[in-house]
Amino acid sequence: MQRTYEVMFIVRPDMVDEDLDKLISTLESQVTTAGGTVKSVERMGRRRLAYMVRRFQDGLYILLTLEGGGPVVYELERRLRVTEPVIKFLTVRVDEEQKRLDKVKKIRDSRRKRGQEPAAETGGEAAPATATA
Amino acid sequence: MAEETVQRPAAPAGEERRPPRAGGDRPRSGPGGPREGGRKYFRRKKVCKFCVEKIDAINYKDVRLLAQFVAESGKIVPRRLTGVCTPHQRRLSAAIKQARNIALLPFASGR
Repeated sequence: MQRTYEVMFIVRPDMVDEDLDKLISTLESQVTTAGGTVKSVERMGRRRLAYMVRRFQDGLYILLTLEGGGPVVYELERRLRVTEPVIKFLTVRVDEEQKRLDKVKKIRDSRRKRGQEPAAETGGEAAPATATA
Repeated sequence: MAEETVQRPAAPAGEERRPPRAGGDRPRSGPGGPREGGRKYFRRKKVCKFCVEKIDAINYKDVRLLAQFVAESGKIVPRRLTGVCTPHQRRLSAAIKQARNIALLPFASGR
C-alpha cells in the first residue's frame, strides 16, 4: 500500500525564509511519524495567483511528494488546514497515472525494438524522440 | 420480404421520435450541410496536438501548455475548435480544473 501523492500548497507571501523552512520540516517530520516517506520537497518560488486568496495576490508555491497510505495524507491535510500561513493546498494521487505512463512507454519501447531488429536500424526512423517535455 | 417492409417504416419513425442527441454526437462523415451559419464544409483536418507530439502526461503544473486551451475569459475551449481527441480532452479538462483549484489558472477572468 505505497501510494504516491503530490501535495502542492501555497504559503502566504510575507513569510520569512526560516519560518518557511521550519514549517516544511514540521510537515516532513509529521509525515514520517505517521508512517510515510517524503520523496522530495520543491519550492517553486513566488508566483502571482490567478485570483485573490484570502486577500493575497501572490503566494509561495511548495510541492511535496510523498509516499504513504491514505491516513498519512489525511493527517497532513488536517495539519495544513489548521496551519495559518498555508492559504491553499491540493493533493493529487500520482501512482496510478505513473503506472499507466510506464505501461505506455513499455509498449512503445517494445514496439520500437521489434521494428529495429528485422530492419537492422534503417536510418533510425523507428526511434522518435523520447524526451519531449 | 414482408418482414423488411414491416420493419422499415418502424425504423425512421423511431429515429424521429428519439430526442435530438448532443451536438458533439453528430457524425462528421462528409458535408452534413452548412448548419453552423454558413461555415465551409471541410475545415482543414485538425489534428490532436497531444497525439502528434506524443505527450502522454498532461500535468496541472505546466500552465503554459494548459493556457493554450483556455479562452481569454478563462473558459475551457471545446475540442471542436482545438482539434484535441476525446481522451486527451478529458485529461486536459481535469488538469485545467486542478490548476484552477490551486490558483494557477483563473476560474473566470475579464468578461
